[in-house]
Amino acid sequence: MNDVVEKTALLADPAGERIVPGTDTAVAKKAPRILVCDGNEAAAWGVVLSRPDMVAVYPITPQSSLAEYVAQFVADGVLDAELVEAEGEHSVLSVLHGAALAGARTYTASCGQGLAFMFEPYFRTPNLRLPIVMSIVNRDGITPQCVWGGQQDAMTVREVGWVQLFCETVQEVLDTIVMAYRIAEDRSVMLPVNVNHDGNYLSNGIVRIELPDQTEVDDFLGTPDVNWHAALDPDRPMGVDPLTGGATGPGPALFVGYRRGHCEGMQNALRVIVEVHEEWARRFGRRYAPLVEEYRLDGADHALVTIGSMAGAAKDAVDAARDRGERVGLIRIKTLRPFPLDALVAALDKVRAVGVVDRAVSYGWNSGPVHQETLAALQHCGHRIPCLSLIGGLAGADLTQTHFERAIAETAKLLDAPCPREPVWLNAEDR
Amino acid sequence: MFEVRLHGRGGQGTVLAAGILAKALVAEGKHVVAVPQFGFERRGAPVAAYLRASETPMRAMTNIYEPDCVVCIDSSLPRVVDIFAGLRAGGTLVQASRLAPQDIAVPASVATVAVCDAVGIAREVFGRPITNTVMLGAFARATGFVSLEALERALEETSFRDAGLAQNRRALALGHAHTVVHRVERREAA
Repeated sequence: MNDVVEKTALLADPAGERIVPGTDTAVAKKAPRILVCDGNEAAAWGVVLSRPDMVAVYPITPQSSLAEYVAQFVADGVLDAELVEAEGEHSVLSVLHGAALAGARTYTASCGQGLAFMFEPYFRTPNLRLPIVMSIVNRDGITPQCVWGGQQDAMTVREVGWVQLFCETVQEVLDTIVMAYRIAEDRSVMLPVNVNHDGNYLSNGIVRIELPDQTEVDDFLGTPDVNWHAALDPDRPMGVDPLTGGATGPGPALFVGYRRGHCEGMQNALRVIVEVHEEWARRFGRRYAPLVEEYRLDGADHALVTIGSMAGAAKDAVDAARDRGERVGLIRIKTLRPFPLDALVAALDKVRAVGVVDRAVSYGWNSGPVHQETLAALQHCGHRIPCLSLIGGLAGADLTQTHFERAIAETAKLLDAPCPREPVWLNAEDR
Repeated sequence: MFEVRLHGRGGQGTVLAAGILAKALVAEGKHVVAVPQFGFERRGAPVAAYLRASETPMRAMTNIYEPDCVVCIDSSLPRVVDIFAGLRAGGTLVQASRLAPQDIAVPASVATVAVCDAVGIAREVFGRPITNTVMLGAFARATGFVSLEALERALEETSFRDAGLAQNRRALALGHAHTVVHRVERREAA
């Protein structure tokens, strides 16, 4: 629990008012507070700024320090929230179901096997249309034993119906958690949001970040109104989670209504994610590609498709290749769910070959999940282009500029040779 | 760009040292990325942390394979870990040791050896061999890459599980004061 005690002292309002970050009257309104911290602490500050009413957590590597930071902030009065230390992840999310139905803004974080144990209520959360924000500190799956980074957890649950956002930087982790509440609680969306940040490299990677001003974040987020549509409220009795179908049920139409409404909410989220990122850039000065980032695609013959923190080293590799005269660019997927079909097609239409780098495995397709998603998107492109699968960064393995230089070289081969069916395993020779 | 790899054992505060150094360097206007090597949290097991500092922003969140400087905060670790792996030619070793720098065996890549009896200092200050802040003082003395003042301020922003701020301030100062820096002279073959 580095820094917490000192920070709390710094944040204490001399007037004895509620202790909140960024309200130090000695600091000019626009001057951001600077933190040097890792992604888990940045996520915890994002939670503080979002002022959830209830947080429930169960620790699991590499999420644990995030849970500890949030718990410390609650203990120190930096975050005025009800903290539930549940006996396991199944209870964590079940507790938050009740809280959200009672009108609370809620937060949790998990990953890997914790997410697996959470699966039953996790599955129900989006169907109940509860705008819960949850960090997944991405962790690879066992077996063999592994507590390290990898996106197998989030990729495995990508059809459950949550909005899934993937961050590249520590600053983006903090900013995206705040933005996630606006997206989740938008009346045309009302869906839970996973903010993904890579275990190890983002969760424990330390950089300089800026902490937004609390009053400006309050203004950005507005007053939460999370149970206008589904509530456990004696003053507004309503049926939540009704029994559908069956001999005496209301017929298939009710169930279809739920599923179709869910799909419509997801499609609405595409628009809302763009709007919220635009407003964030306007208010706080940091602009992120909301759906799909295009990096140096102008005049590119080929491109890498990336997701998560790997994009930093991959962009360095693209710059180096450009310096050598190679016409290569990069596409980064920030929003995986809802799938950003139009944005990705627009990017893919600019190149003649792509290599998709996954930090997870699609066992069914002998490739990676994002590779499969990209193949599906290519169906909507104006021209047919080859699409190679590359898999790396599993179980905390490093993906360096050298790995991406190889990925670029393998992708360039597609410009005048058939595309291999087998994936390229980028860390296969790393000892 | 300046790249440092810190070696230690679980419980000595290696990863925390990288975080404190990151804070100090950011305060001095540098861009920093610090990433710990990932291992199970076991007291006594070898651990490492990486820190990259630059005048310009950096994007890669990756480990370091060719450091300019190796800081080893445990005296026995070189017997079990190749702490010199990938060290750049002309590199610096900052080693916790009671030996004189001339008596430490180093490969040809090492141009500067700095030693500090960090265990002795830590035993005196903390009553146990927690050497991280002592060795930050040694690093500042050996490399001049960060000021003692910036490290002191970074300590003030850090909460320590096993000791107080005053103790760590003293450890830092003693580490800085009691580090011997030796430039390796290599005779050309006749």
